[in-house]
Amino acid sequence: MAAESGSIDALSQFELAPVFGPVGAAVGFTQSNAHMLLAAGLITALLMFGMAARAVVPGRLQSLAESSYEFVHGIVDSQVGHGGKRFFPFVFTLFMFVLFGNMLGLFPYAFTYTSHLAVTFGLALIVFVVITAVALALHGRKFFGYFFPEGAPLWLAPIIVPVEVVSYLSRPVSLSVRLFANMVAGHVLLKVFATFVVMLGALGAVGPLVATLPLAVNVLLIGFEILVAFLQAYVFAILTSIYLHDAVHLH
Amino acid sequence: MPQLDFGNPLMIAQIVWLLIIFGVLYFVLATYALPRVEAVLEDRRRRIEGDLEAAQAAKAEADAAMATHREATAKARAEAQAAIAAALQAAQAESAQRSEALAARLAQQIEAAEGRIVAARDSAMRSLRQVSTETTVAVLQRLTGEADQAAVGAAVDRALVARGQA
Repeated sequence: MAAESGSIDALSQFELAPVFGPVGAAVGFTQSNAHMLLAAGLITALLMFGMAARAVVPGRLQSLAESSYEFVHGIVDSQVGHGGKRFFPFVFTLFMFVLFGNMLGLFPYAFTYTSHLAVTFGLALIVFVVITAVALALHGRKFFGYFFPEGAPLWLAPIIVPVEVVSYLSRPVSLSVRLFANMVAGHVLLKVFATFVVMLGALGAVGPLVATLPLAVNVLLIGFEILVAFLQAYVFAILTSIYLHDAVHLH
Repeated sequence: MPQLDFGNPLMIAQIVWLLIIFGVLYFVLATYALPRVEAVLEDRRRRIEGDLEAAQAAKAEADAAMATHREATAKARAEAQAAIAAALQAAQAESAQRSEALAARLAQQIEAAEGRIVAARDSAMRSLRQVSTETTVAVLQRLTGEADQAAVGAAVDRALVARGQA
């Protein structure tokens, strides 16, 4: 579409559109939510069908399910430490949801829900609410001591406390913007180079030859995007674990 | 940028659906899927542990059997060595006894032989006195025509004593 109109339109891929006909439109169910549903279904299917055999020596699917479990378990175990076990399902759900969102978005015609700031901020806000609730539930009023480290001179309080409060409040912002920006940048680049392929391909005899260059770039970019998709999910999970560590142990 | 178009009513719907889908996913994973994975992993861990324990027990058993075997070998060797030493001692005692008896018999024979030699010498000495007396008497009678048998006997006796042959 973009190439036909003769201009590069890298942003229309992020537009929301209702799916599932009038019913979907009535409840505001967009293709973004459809992909979330697909990701959730795939994650559940991976774990349920993968572990259906309950084999002692795992097959391929079971290995995948087990290694994802053990990977996230390792993150939670090493970062949160003592008392981190009960947060494992939460971190696992986050990691898999973000990972599948990133990975599904790399398929042609797919929509990347993690490229929406509202979605990533929503996830980050869930994390923020959870860590704050956990810290308040575990430490009560002592939680507010988190904003003023013990042993610091009292006259520094007017400086330290605002800095700590701002850094605490900026956690969901940095968490969400990092993921959003990474995904948007990757997908815009992919779209731009893909449009180049189409535009150059239409340039007569030498066109298809020159068009292989942006195509090669896109091939490399896809590999890079797979890395980024995994890395950002990992970063999201590990930062959540670190925040949970702070909430459980207060420094 | 469509992502920043927060006036879009689909945006808020997207977030509501996100919360619903994420909540349901969390519930399903936390209650059904993850405990299943954990059960399988735990089962495997326990099984490996059990196998390791069994292997360790078998090794301990084998070690014990080896120790008993070694002990038995050592005992048998000690017994054999004791038997050898006893036989050797008995043989040595017997040979010593035998050589002692032989030595005693030889000593007896030597003594008897010595007695016979002494007797033979004594009788020889006695006949020597008689021969020298008779010879002296005969020589004196031829030279002087007379001989005092008693004086000659005494002289011969003296000469024999002087030579220590009496």
